[in-house]
Formats: sequence, structure tokens, C-alpha cells
Amino acid sequence: MTVTETRRTRTDKPRAEGHWTRHLPPVLGVVAVVALWWAITVVFDVESFILPSPLQVAQAMAEQADYLWDNTLVTLSETLLGFGLAIAVGVPLALIVTASRMLERTVYPLLLMLNAVPKVAVAPLLVVWMGFGQFPKVFLVFLVCFFPIVISTAAGLSSTPADLVELGRSLKTNWWQTFRLIRMPAAVPQLFVGLKLAITLAVIGAVIAEFVGATEGLGYAIVASGASADTALAFAAMILLGVLSVVLFYLLAAVERFFVPWADRS
Amino acid sequence: MIEIRNVSQIYRTRAGEVEALREVSLEVADGEFVAIVGRSGCGKSTLLRLVAGLQPATSGEITVAGTPIRGPRRDVGFMFQRPALLPWRSVVDNVLLPTEVFRQDRRDARRRAHDLLELVGLNGFEKRLPHELSGGMQQRVSLCRALIQQPRVLLMDEPFSALDALTRADLSVELQRLQMKHASTVLFVTHSVDEAVLLADRVVVLSPRPGRLRQIVNIDIARPRSLGHDGHSTELGELRAQLHDLLMTPEEVTR
Repeated sequence: MTVTETRRTRTDKPRAEGHWTRHLPPVLGVVAVVALWWAITVVFDVESFILPSPLQVAQAMAEQADYLWDNTLVTLSETLLGFGLAIAVGVPLALIVTASRMLERTVYPLLLMLNAVPKVAVAPLLVVWMGFGQFPKVFLVFLVCFFPIVISTAAGLSSTPADLVELGRSLKTNWWQTFRLIRMPAAVPQLFVGLKLAITLAVIGAVIAEFVGATEGLGYAIVASGASADTALAFAAMILLGVLSVVLFYLLAAVERFFVPWADRS
Repeated sequence: MIEIRNVSQIYRTRAGEVEALREVSLEVADGEFVAIVGRSGCGKSTLLRLVAGLQPATSGEITVAGTPIRGPRRDVGFMFQRPALLPWRSVVDNVLLPTEVFRQDRRDARRRAHDLLELVGLNGFEKRLPHELSGGMQQRVSLCRALIQQPRVLLMDEPFSALDALTRADLSVELQRLQMKHASTVLFVTHSVDEAVLLADRVVVLSPRPGRLRQIVNIDIARPRSLGHDGHSTELGELRAQLHDLLMTPEEVTR
């Protein structure tokens, strides 16, 4: 007997789409915004300490390249450390929470309360408790990332497709087998939803932490250049933050495509 | 091989009690292929789930190979209406899943998985992920997964109902061949009279609300059978008409 059916064509679709139609829209968007910005500074003759032109920002970026690069690395390391810590604590906590309804009832309100605390208000406290080093920054990033990771992992673990649960039952899998072979892998796409949300928040968390009691990092660079009315440098730092955030997000999306190529396709 | 004795099933819902099966008795011999047909709501899937041990019967007893059913068993394989493949596992790893759960010898299991996949024409697709396969191919993988545990009884719950007509015909012929080769006992639920007549030694007709055994029709036609071209079209036609009448005409219900 020969197999005559062909593969579904849906998987080929993204590749069939042209290189241009895929990359052109985002590039056009950026170009349009920069052009508008430039036009505003020229037409209204805006003072550079209020709104520097794109050219002035580019100059600041080139002149202070080393300074900006070092601070970017500082912010990046805080972001990644805090993010990693949030995964290391958040995922196991989600496992525990979904294992027992009682624990879920105990832990969820506490988590919600923790999440409701404005992180900007916590930043100065963290300095009081943990000093001026890198750790309070990492910890704030952790606080910001923690919640979406726990919630999404828990949601993934408790929404295993019914037919897969039934399959496990028909094979009489024990708790551990059900978890390892079915529930955990089935939760991974949801986990990535949380991770992608968390990584964008992580950068914001790092910057907020660097606003107080810091001597380095892009957040510190923004505050310092703002204080000396070097708005162009502040803009340069903010643009780098945006780029950092976007790069981290797409890296994570690439990791997701590599490890979970089956998501949304089954 | 399978003995179903006076089995009744009552579901308790918020709206009250629903009688899904009433006093159903049936015996399936070793190596026999029995199809269960009936209109929706006749409890045919329920009956199959009871035999699979996926849920307990309200009353009555079911034994497989002489031992009463208390829960899912290794010697009873179950094939679902949907393929229910693990989307993150390759074709061959999906087939191997039961052997992992039962902690069987890996090398032997791997060899058997390859043999089975070859048997259903999926050699060369071992490393593919389920979403890269068509519906018919996915259901074939699902069939291999049910067969790798070498069940004495194979239970199939409308396994081809989500497929297109040609793929169904294809898989029906294939299933017949596999069953003749392995001589396993099959209990096959379907709502298709054609499928039942083509595949079964006996066709059990259930009538709906509550599900009761209406009649058992013997299909005494030599195998292998196929739709379209065979020398028994007259007999097949008559049986089909008989089953059709049984399904379409309501039976007086004594309440």
C-alpha cells in the first residue's frame, strides 16, 4: 500500500511569503516615524534640549559609543539574571500550585497582591534592604517577570488537551508519567507566552531599578544625561533600550520556534 | 474473548438521570470482528468506553479473556475518534509511547514500531511531526500506537469518521488486512453501515434512548472484501438495506 496523501500545505506558507513582504513593513514603519520626528524638529525649530533631532541623537550615540555600550551590557546582564531567576523560581512554583487546589487557593491571592505592588515604589526600598550593588536591580527584574511566568505556566499545566488526557488514562499512566510525558510538554507553548511577556517587562524593571541608587546601566544613563540637559544622549539610551527589548523578544521567539515547532499547528 | 452481561449505564446530570444503556448483553469470540452501529445517542461509544475500562458500568459485568474489567488494561488497546497524537513527538516516538509507559525493552519496541509503520505505508515518515502529516496518515500512526502494545482486544471508536471518503475506504481495507494477519479481536463502533458491512463478521445494531441491543446481523461474505469491486455486491446490498431499515425504523420502547 502506498501513501498517496500529501502533506498539508499550511506549514509551507510562511516560506512561500516573499522576503520583501515580510521585512519591508517593519522597516517602513521605523523609517516613517524617524522622518516624522525629524520633520517636527525642523518645521517647529525645536530646541535640542527639549527634542533633539534624529541626527543629533545619532551623533550622541557615535560620540558616546563606549559609554553607552558598557551601560547596555550592565542593563542586559541585570535583565537576563533577573529573568533567569524568575524562571528558576516561577516554573517550579507553578508546578506546586497546579499540583494541589489547596495550595493554589493559598498562593494565588498572595501572588496577586505581590503583583499589585507598584514596582517603582519598591525600587528605593530594595536599595535600603540590599544596598547599591547589582543585586537589588536583579531582584526587581525578578519581581516583574515572576508573575506572568507563574500564571502562564500554571495555565498551561491545567489546560492539557482532553484527548491527550484520555490517551494517558487509556494507557493507565501513573501521575509522574502523565506529568512527564503529557502535561509538561503540552504546557510549553503557554510557558513561552509568559516568557515573551516577561522579557519585555524585564527590561522595564531593570531601568526602573537603575533610576535609584545606581551608578551604571542605561536607566542611570538616562537620569544622568537628563540632569545635565543632554537630551540627545538620553534619547540615545532610550533607543538602545527599545532595541534591547526588541532583540530579546525576537531571540526568545526564535528559541520557541526551534523547541516548539508544533505549537498552534496541532 | 469479550463478554458483556446485562450492562446498564445511567448518567446523573443536573437535568436528571439519563439512561445511556439498558441491559445490553453481547459475546465476542476470539479473533472476531464485531461492529456496533446505531444512531447518535444509542450509547455505542459508552459501551466501548465501558469495555475499555475508561468508566465503570452502573450495573452488569464485562469480562475480557475471562477477567472482569476494573480499569484500563494492557491487553486492551483503544483507538480514538481523533488521532490524539502527542504533537511534540515524532511519528515513531508516538508509536513507542505505550512501550515507554509499560517499560518494555527499547530495542525490541523500536523494531516493532518500524514494522508496524511499514505495514501501514508510513516508512520514511518516522521522524516527521504529526502536524506535517495528513489526517489519514495521523490516524494510521494512531492505529500503530494501538497495535504496538499487542492487545488481545482492539477497541475502535469511530476511528475513520473524521476522514474523507477515499481515505476511509483505504484505511478500511488496510484494517481488514491487519486484522486477518494478527487475528486479533476487534470491537468497532461506527455510524456507517458501509463500513460495518465491509469490516465485520457480525454487526450489532443498537437502538437509541436508552441504548438497547436491537439485532445482530451476520455478514457471511468471504474476505478480503472491498467496496466497489467484489463478487458479492448483491449480498452486500441486501445486508446494507437490512441494516439501514433497522437503523431508520423506530422500535416500540417499553418504559
